[in-house]
Amino acid sequence: MVPQSPTAIIGGGIVGLAVALGLATRGHNVLVLDGSDQDMRATQGNFGLVWLQGKGAGHAPYARWSFQAAQAWAGFADWLSSLTGIDVALCQQGGYEFFTDAREFEGFGQELRQQAAALGEGFSFECLSQGDLSHRLPGIGRAVVGATFCPLDGHVNPLRLHVALRKAGQAEGVRFVGDARVASVRAKAEGFEILRENGETICVSRVVLCAGLGAAHLGPQLGFCAPIRAQQGELLITERVADRLPFLSSTIRQVDEGGLQIGGTKAEAENDVETTEHMVGLAQHAVQVWPRLADIRVLRSWAALRVMTPDGYPIYQRSTDYPGAFLVTCHSGVTLAPLHATRLAEWIDEDPAAPKLEAFDERRFALS
Amino acid sequence: MSFEGAEVLARPGESVAAALLGRDSAATRTTPVSGAGRTPFCMMGVCFDCLVTIDGLPNVQACMVEAREGMVIRRQHGARRIGKGS
Repeated sequence: MVPQSPTAIIGGGIVGLAVALGLATRGHNVLVLDGSDQDMRATQGNFGLVWLQGKGAGHAPYARWSFQAAQAWAGFADWLSSLTGIDVALCQQGGYEFFTDAREFEGFGQELRQQAAALGEGFSFECLSQGDLSHRLPGIGRAVVGATFCPLDGHVNPLRLHVALRKAGQAEGVRFVGDARVASVRAKAEGFEILRENGETICVSRVVLCAGLGAAHLGPQLGFCAPIRAQQGELLITERVADRLPFLSSTIRQVDEGGLQIGGTKAEAENDVETTEHMVGLAQHAVQVWPRLADIRVLRSWAALRVMTPDGYPIYQRSTDYPGAFLVTCHSGVTLAPLHATRLAEWIDEDPAAPKLEAFDERRFALS
Repeated sequence: MSFEGAEVLARPGESVAAALLGRDSAATRTTPVSGAGRTPFCMMGVCFDCLVTIDGLPNVQACMVEAREGMVIRRQHGARRIGKGS
């Protein structure tokens, strides 16, 4: 028997590894080409949220896709644990968005109503006034005018998720090559030729581009527009504390090992250098929300880059020019991981049971 | 200065971590994750294995603090509490 020519996944972050795991589970020969440690990696700077609130308020297919992913997370975490023995510390007991501005609070409530309309039954959320909130969370800061709560929101330990995806893939036969930056990729009469920066060429039958910000450069070589830009986010990490915070929010979370992660800034910048202004803002926000944090020390801070499309939704695109080439990119790789490791592999395989993903076609950007 | 009530001597300019290591090799903290004992290790502010409580302030990196007369140093057990730092 002739050995099956592999499917190459370019990019070994959370997105690429999830797709690799899904394809390997379906019996494919999968090769993951990972970049170098110095590359901008969303996987190493993210907030670890499994988050539904506000996802797809203006785009029903994205609302549904995120909803399915959040619902699939518990089973996915069990599956990863059974394959690898790694507990990714999924905690999905609901999350808050806190507001210090009444108009923003009202506007976000409106968005959640839109999202609920797109999702129908099964999706619930609450809008909590300051009174409701201080009753539920005694200790909340007076500056918080209200909050929204969604019971399906949660978080994981993203570093352990990354390791678990890699180990699970290897258990399913994925081959992983580290420090394998790709210089170029081109379609041949049959399959694709990938040129690594070290000069090595690799021939494969299919290519799935999961290279995050690197896809902006490699995508056009395979006929994709890949309209991807960097959006910077900054984070603070505090010392470990023994008490459990009684809430999870999209900007303040306590990791399973006790430290707090405070984040959520958005800046249009292409570098990953933090700024004093943003760090101060994050610390002030944390103390406004939970004044008891005032004397907790910040140990580390960093900036990282999100992978953003013009509308913020994922791109799942089959190349029309080069059959066998795929582009997969999103900025919610943690939330969407359970689907990337299952349903997206069906879609790449053109399985008749695969979900319909035309709504995530990158051609949506060509019309504007 | 003192550690857990016992006198600790330090040379001028020495860090608290160095003075504690000079005393004996017993654990100066326990970790929040496993509870295992730790002593100062990197001596340059990176490893956080030298955390102690100094004059009531928890989670202080002993290698980053110069020893001073009269300091009251306590073993750091696990993680600190919120809102009870000072």
